[in-house]
Amino acid sequence: MTRINRDQLIALAKSQIIEITPQALEQRLGNGSSPLVIDIRERDEFEQGHVPGAVFIPRGFLELRIEQHAYDPATPIVLYCAGGVRSALAARNLQEMGYSRVESLIGGFGGWRSAGLPVTVPRKLTAEQKIRYSRHTLLPDVGEEGQGKLLDAKVLLIGAGGLGSPAALYLAAAGVGTLGIVDYDTVDLSNLQRQILHGESWIGKPKVESAKARLAEINPDVTVVPHREPITSANALQIIQDYDIVLNGSDNFPTRYLVNDACHFLRKPLVDASIFMFEGQVTIYHPGAPEEGISQGPCYRCLYPDPPPPGEVPSCAEAGVLGVLPGIVGSIQAVEAIKLILGKGEPLIGRLLTFDALEMSFRTLNIRRNPACPVCGDAPSLTELIDYEQFCGMPARE
Amino acid sequence: MPTVLIPTPLRRLTANQAKVEVAGDTVDVLLHNLEAGYPGIGERLLDADGKIKRFINVFVNEDEIRTLQGADTPLAAGDRVSIVPAMAGGA
Repeated sequence: MTRINRDQLIALAKSQIIEITPQALEQRLGNGSSPLVIDIRERDEFEQGHVPGAVFIPRGFLELRIEQHAYDPATPIVLYCAGGVRSALAARNLQEMGYSRVESLIGGFGGWRSAGLPVTVPRKLTAEQKIRYSRHTLLPDVGEEGQGKLLDAKVLLIGAGGLGSPAALYLAAAGVGTLGIVDYDTVDLSNLQRQILHGESWIGKPKVESAKARLAEINPDVTVVPHREPITSANALQIIQDYDIVLNGSDNFPTRYLVNDACHFLRKPLVDASIFMFEGQVTIYHPGAPEEGISQGPCYRCLYPDPPPPGEVPSCAEAGVLGVLPGIVGSIQAVEAIKLILGKGEPLIGRLLTFDALEMSFRTLNIRRNPACPVCGDAPSLTELIDYEQFCGMPARE
Repeated sequence: MPTVLIPTPLRRLTANQAKVEVAGDTVDVLLHNLEAGYPGIGERLLDADGKIKRFINVFVNEDEIRTLQGADTPLAAGDRVSIVPAMAGGA
């Protein structure tokens, strides 16, 4: 191999990639054909100001994390660094991964700023936030830095029902900055025995709207993104892609397999739980994040390769559920999501926590990835979403 | 004798008992003895070939039996055998 020096390498990289001027980028940000803008500088550089809407992925983690933000290799991407050199080299690496529409910002963030274009300065806690989150920031494992991570985090809740209610309330109170909620149902009187997000005055109205109003009342720092549609193979990747973590509170097998597969393909951690009568199960299905020291755990299909035949396992609508039960189990999901955001503690990966309210017992069972799993195994046979209603032989409704 | 922890959906087959003591020196023997003592539970756990259904997990103490010796996993007195079925509920 011929030795080339740094200037030759930079020149080579720039000859192999496309560059974009700050003005051209700004125009594209404004006209709805916005590319995915990625700031590849270090955290302290990002925190002092960045291009509005930019995603922060430091250069060292770019290849490891890019799929979480751009699953489709045809996604238009603009990378920038401080001066336009690191991003040119990085763009070349993304091209090697098959990303065909990567550009590098000429002059980097410096060029953007000296062109007089708008800059977002990430939040420092306001005086009010310092009071609101004081019981968090007092905790050495949270602190102002951890609270900042919570405020920057994006969590998607599948369902605003029994599990989604306590999870949403606690995540909003904790200051998780963006909460997406997928639910196309309306509030029913029979929900109020356990779905504590909702109240009498919302009966007959969309759950996502009820949730949004209630969460805004708890914490105005939180942006609630309502997705009032059923989650299906057609929209799941699109919806989930914008979030960091998914909390599963769905009520049927087709949705559970769909969300599992979509999260695995997008490499998103899935904080999963289910409830039945007096009993609950919780675990995290994690595709692995070596850069955070998290190795890959099992997925839902490792544990339950096939769904039960229709009718064999009764639903909560048929068998009933203790109203407090999802309160306990959904709160545990919220704890696990917060731990993942903070990067603290021992996440519930590879362990299935079972809770029996009648016995008042918690047990932790060890679960492992199945090397023959069709989705997350060593030689996966399923690499795209399928028809889950057909797979389960039942509709995605309770 | 090992203790079997019965999940809620199957408790009507064990007269509402959450725990039952069943003899058996392997998981396979224990599950067949469980059916003998509580008729009807076997078909909820095992398929036509006598294999554990794929939406049910069996744990001996804390470990899933596929990571041990499957249905041949040996059992000792005092072992806890947990039956954990897939549950879909969340709303």
